[in-house]
Parts: sequence; C-alpha cells; structure tokens
Amino acid sequence: MLEIQNLAAAIGDKPILRGIDLVVPKGEVHAIMGPNGSGKSTLSYVLSGRPGYDVTGGSATFDGQDLLEMEPEERAALGVFLAFQYPVELPGVGNANFLRTALNAQRRARGEAELDAPAFLKLARAEMKRLSMPDDMLKRNVNVGFSGGEKKRNEVLQMAILKPRIAILDETDSGLDIDALKIVAEGVNAQRGPDFSALVITHYQRLLDYIVPDRVHVLAGGRIIRSGGPELALELEANGYGAIVDAAA
Amino acid sequence: MSAALKTGVLDLAAEAFLARYEGLRARLTGDAALREQAAGLFRSAGLPGPREEAWRYTALRPLAEVRFAEPLTPVEDCADLLARLPAISAPRLVFVDGRFREDLSRVPECVAVRVGGPAFGGLADPAREALVALNTMLAEDGAEIAVADGVDAGTLMIASLGTSGAGRIGAFHPRHAITLGRGAKLTLVDVAIGEGVYLNNAVTSVRVAEDAALTHLRLQMESEAAFSIATIYAEVAARGTYDSFTLTLGARLSRAEIHARLAGPEAIAHLNAARLLRGVQHGDFTTVVRHDAPNCASRQTVKTVLAGKSRGVFQGKIEVARIAQKTDGYQMNQAMLLSPDAEMDSKPQLEIYADDVKCSHGATVGEIDPEQLFYLRSRGVPQEMARMMLIRAFLAEAIDGVAHDEGRAAMEAAIEAWWEQGL
Repeated sequence: MLEIQNLAAAIGDKPILRGIDLVVPKGEVHAIMGPNGSGKSTLSYVLSGRPGYDVTGGSATFDGQDLLEMEPEERAALGVFLAFQYPVELPGVGNANFLRTALNAQRRARGEAELDAPAFLKLARAEMKRLSMPDDMLKRNVNVGFSGGEKKRNEVLQMAILKPRIAILDETDSGLDIDALKIVAEGVNAQRGPDFSALVITHYQRLLDYIVPDRVHVLAGGRIIRSGGPELALELEANGYGAIVDAAA
Repeated sequence: MSAALKTGVLDLAAEAFLARYEGLRARLTGDAALREQAAGLFRSAGLPGPREEAWRYTALRPLAEVRFAEPLTPVEDCADLLARLPAISAPRLVFVDGRFREDLSRVPECVAVRVGGPAFGGLADPAREALVALNTMLAEDGAEIAVADGVDAGTLMIASLGTSGAGRIGAFHPRHAITLGRGAKLTLVDVAIGEGVYLNNAVTSVRVAEDAALTHLRLQMESEAAFSIATIYAEVAARGTYDSFTLTLGARLSRAEIHARLAGPEAIAHLNAARLLRGVQHGDFTTVVRHDAPNCASRQTVKTVLAGKSRGVFQGKIEVARIAQKTDGYQMNQAMLLSPDAEMDSKPQLEIYADDVKCSHGATVGEIDPEQLFYLRSRGVPQEMARMMLIRAFLAEAIDGVAHDEGRAAMEAAIEAWWEQGL
C-alpha cells in the first residue's frame, strides 16, 4: 500500500507540491489527472527518487517503508516502478543487457537467485510477444532510434519483466496513437491483480477508457483538490479542468 | 627563473642519456652511423620542452626528474607479469625490460622473425622527433617481423614486460619493424605491462604493401608509475589497410604518437583509441595522418574517460596533399570527465591542399548524463554499476569496432580489471 501524507516538495526555492494526501491500497489502480504545471510529474519523480527535488515536508511510504529515505535503486528493488514520460536513450547499452542487469540487480537486492541468459531471454521474448514487439528490439540500444510508441512499449516491457508492486505511469499515453495506446493499456492490465497497484498520471481521460481506474484524483496547484470514482474522469473530459479548479479555490 | 630551471632539468636528463650512449656505444649492434647521426640530433634537440608545439600539452619534466640506470642483472622471475598478459591463443614474442626472452616466447612459423638487435625499419624520423632520436641512439633490441606476399599469418602477440629490475630504474628503447608483403594479413596484439618505475620508449615501423592488411591492437597497461612513449610510423600502399586500436590504461605519463601515411590509392588507416585515466595519470594520443594518394580513407574515433586529477591530450592532424583527391577523412574525439579536477586538451588540425575531399572532425567533452544515470537507477541498477554501464557504453562505439574477438575480449577484460581497482 502506498501512503502519502501532506507531501510537499520544491525545485530550488519554488514549491511544486503543497501537501499531497493520497492512499493507494494494494491491488488498486488510481488515476491522477490535472492541468499542465499542476505537479503531476514532480509527484512521480519525488516518489521514484529523482535527484533535483527537495522534499520540504510530509511522508511517503510503501508497505510501511519510508520511500523518501531510500536511493532510487532501493525503491526499485522494493517494487516501485516509474514509467517515464520521456524514456531516456542509452546509446551503447543493449536493451537485453539493460533489462537483465536491472532484473538481476533487483533480485540480488532482494536476496533472490539471478536469472541466467537463457531463462531471461525466454521471459523477455514471451513478454515482447504480448506487447507486439519484434525480437530485434532486444538487440537494439535502449530507446535509441525508437519511435515514440516503441519507447512507451519498451517502458511497459520493462514493467512486465521487472514485475513491480506499484507502477507509476507518467503520461504514458502522450504521443501514442490509438493502436499503441491499446497495446500499452493491455500491458498494464495484464499486470493487474491483488499484488499490483498503479498510479496512472494522465492529462487526458482517453487512457482511462482502457485502463479503468478504481479511483480518480484531480491534482491542481500542488494539491489534490478532488477525488472520486472513474466517472470523475468523464466529468473532467466534459467540463475541462477550469470548473473543478475554480470550485476548489 | 622557473623557465630556466625547467630547461635545466630537461638538459640534465638529456645529458644523462647521452652519457649512457657514450658508455654503451661499443656494445650496441646495428647501424652505427644511424646511431651516431641520431645522437647528434638528440644532442642538439634535447628532450622537447613545453615551448615546442607538438609537446605543448605534455610536459616531460616528471620523466626528466627520474635518474634512469641500466638494469644490472636481467630479471629472471616475471611469472606475475606473464600471468597478466591477455589470453590470446597465438604465438608471442616476449621482451623483458626491452630485451628479447626466447625462453618466454613462442616464435610463429609462418612469419619471418629476427630478434637480437634493433629493427630500425626505414620510416622513423629522428630529425623531427627527439624521442625517436633517443630511441635510435640507444635501441638494443626489437623484433623484425615480415609476412610474405599473400600469406595470412593470423595473430601474433608482442609483449613488453617492464620492471624496476634489481631495484634500479631502467630505461629501454625497443625498436620494431613490421613488413607485410602484397596481399598479406596479420593481426599484431601489442601489449605493454609492467611493475614499478621505468621508461619504455618504443619505436615501431610498419610497412603495408598493396592489398595487405595489418590489424594492430595495442594494449598499453603499463605500471601506473611508469613512463611510456610509443612512436609508430605506418606506411600503407595502394588498397592496403593499417587498422590500429590503442587502449590506454597505464603509465603515469604516456604518449602514443602514430604517423600514418597513405601512400597509394584506396589505402585505409584507422587510428582508433580508448583511454581510461585516473589519479595523476597523463595520457597523450597524437596522430598525424598524411593522405598522399587519391581515394584514401582515414578514420579516428578516440574516446577518453578521465577520473581524479588525470589529464588527457589528443592531437590529431590530417594532412591532405594536392594529389589526394577524393580523400575521406573522419576524426571524432570525445571525452568523459568523471571528476571536476580532470582535464582534457584537444587539438584537431586539418591541412588540406586538395580541393575535392571530405574531411570531418569533432570533439566533445562531457560528464555522465544525470538523466541516463537516474534512468538506470530507477530500474534497480545500483549507482556504481550504473556509472560503469554508462562508461562502457561511452567506450563501446570505439571498442565494438575491434573485429578481432580475442583482442576485443582482452580489452574488455582489461577495462573490467581497471574498473575493479577503483577510481
């Protein structure tokens, strides 16, 4: 279970998050929606430990463990996964090597046995087939020369292989056409179960047609100003953010 | 005051080398007139100082401050060093402190090898390079390697083991010559390792005849207290290839200087390099590619990783003669600084006298990309491993170009071992 209490964070002197309260129970998928500049991406980066953000107050725990005290790699081994809005290119690092290194580093950190190359390839190929990814994407350098859709699929592939306990999807729908969106959504839905929860960050309601959330939260000005069921996303789509933001102000 | 003092140190060191020559000359074998001429050149030139353009970034003062002496007794036990030689399944010629050691060598069959004296070759230019004059004056041993026309000679390793023999700081000046006949092929794995303080000042002449191909894989893994100067002259005839790769990991002060001349049409030269330096290491890679015929191609990809207070130098000159139309020249020099105290100096130079040529060059200096580092860490890769992955990735573009599997594996293993020793 992810528990965020009164979380405040700043970039330099500029406060971005101004007291976030959010609980994502085990097995649930929550959506965070909000206008540009509301702090959506900052929330995802603070939870995953990206340098450059100062936590100025509050707490964030996963299954009772203090996330904010941990290094990014420790959070990953605990089961936190961030699907990047802009996946990073790694020239000179092969995708297969990257995935296997990451998986085995997490397994080592958890005291589990590492996967040898054949076992890893079997796993990777099965997941790639599910995501309609050609085998040669394992041989290519990480995200180098990938189209926008391929990069997002590669994020979902990493998630499928690393099997996190909570995935934070930061605008995974941005830049995707409808076919790619469906594939990505299916990839996320395939992970759903009692031990998987997700925080789906999105600007648009469209993604939530395919990944139906248990709860929807509206983030504006660094605070969650409203929460509700999946119907809240439809309301936002119909009326825009303006009405809700004004009502909360 | 300080300038005068600097000159003084270099002068004293040059005098010591000249005194050594006076003491040894009766015993030195090979072309006495050539040595005498080189001694004269060295006497007037001395060790190059910082005011000489070619040595602007590399000060020889640390070398000049060392008192070198002849190792009195040959080193018998070098099992530790031998064990560190890369695993290459090939014949090998082993030199210890610059002297050929038949007992440690396995001489190849399909290659003519002569040892037991310097192989002067004919390409070196003692008048232009003072350290080549020094080598010519004092060279005692070396290998003359010749591959006959049409022969594919496979792989040969030539290994230099440097020691502080019997507690004395040695200086040795190996002199090798490699000749490939028409259509001949050879991969030469050229390894330098060692322990303690010494000077290895090697000169190698390479002649590649028409349609021949030499792959020259250089692994400079000298002691981090040693001084290493390697000057290579390569001349490539029509449709011939000189494909060299220099891995620099060792030596307190090193300079690899390669002069490649493309003498016949459609000749090719690759002068690629990967370097990892740390502590107070200084590594200089200087290249001069001379296009003297049309339709030739030269490629240089130089990647440098600098940690601690290390300093990297790359000087790359491409000369295109008027006759050398349709020249295709490429030079890319990239450095990654792992510390704010590290320094990289780059000097690309193009001198083009032909009008229909394609010559490109570029240089970048950067650090580990924090976005890439975070991406890896967010996937669970610990910070140090992530840094290593990104450094390897940075070097990959250069090292992946080494087609020789054992040679590339040896380089990767050497980098791995270097990394494990810590920055």
